[in-house]
Amino acid sequence: MAELHGESPLVTRAETLAGSSVPGVLHLSEVAFTAQVTLRVDPKSPAAERIGTAVGTMLPNQPGQVARTERLQILWMGPDEWLLIGPEGGAEQLQATLTEALGEEHGSVVDVSGHRTIVEVTGPKSRELLAKGCALDLHRRSFASDQCAQTLLARTGVVLLCRDVEQPSFWIFVRSSFARYLADWLADAAAEYRV
Amino acid sequence: MMLIPCPWCGPRNETEFHYGGQADVSYPADPQAVSDVDWARFLFFRANTKGIFTERWNHQAGCRRWFTVRRDTTTNEIFHDDSHEAVTR
Ligand SMILES: [Zn+2]
Repeated sequence: MAELHGESPLVTRAETLAGSSVPGVLHLSEVAFTAQVTLRVDPKSPAAERIGTAVGTMLPNQPGQVARTERLQILWMGPDEWLLIGPEGGAEQLQATLTEALGEEHGSVVDVSGHRTIVEVTGPKSRELLAKGCALDLHRRSFASDQCAQTLLARTGVVLLCRDVEQPSFWIFVRSSFARYLADWLADAAAEYRV
Repeated sequence: MMLIPCPWCGPRNETEFHYGGQADVSYPADPQAVSDVDWARFLFFRANTKGIFTERWNHQAGCRRWFTVRRDTTTNEIFHDDSHEAVTR
């Protein structure tokens, strides 16, 4: 029997991203196969509170706010919607935890790990690179650590996550089918930094 | 380019939004009792206001929520004096 193996959406762009990285200036790479679960629940319900207890932090209630635990990043996606990011292989466990905490209440828990892959952009030029295709103000005073935003980057729908503002680090969540386009766009936008 | 104020995400470029047309078009209470003419009016007829218009927008490339905006269709000025409840209905 053939052996099954998974290929990440950007496996064919690994070299492109690596080749566009400039030491000390910019680094691009794919963060593949993270566990991603979408949660929808009324934030004022007892279920939301139970979920907070189960995952170890309250669900962030401000637009663009991100909560962290040791294992998870919880991104605000809407007034009753969150995206939970965990380590590879953890989706099933996370889904089970959330489903149990949700109980019989109105809401939904969906494994969306295959929906988007992640491009990590780090280095002092990362903000400038993203700004070439993004209309949001990415300045550190308005887009700081542990903030996220859903927006358009190079006309592609993305979720931007600022992981660190001091040592600039961003995650770009992009739909799998748009990922290669975005990787190519990033490589093109980064060309000027190569000496 | 218009900047449209999403009640959750704040002002964003028009390109992130989908237009939903006239706001407060209510579904007939008893659809069975509505005549064909009135049904067609409900489905297809909308005001085409010159001036201040109350309309629905969806933040499609953002939080994907529907909200209501009052906009002057001649100047594209958007009015911000509505309460959060009025906007997010
Ligand atoms: Zn929004």
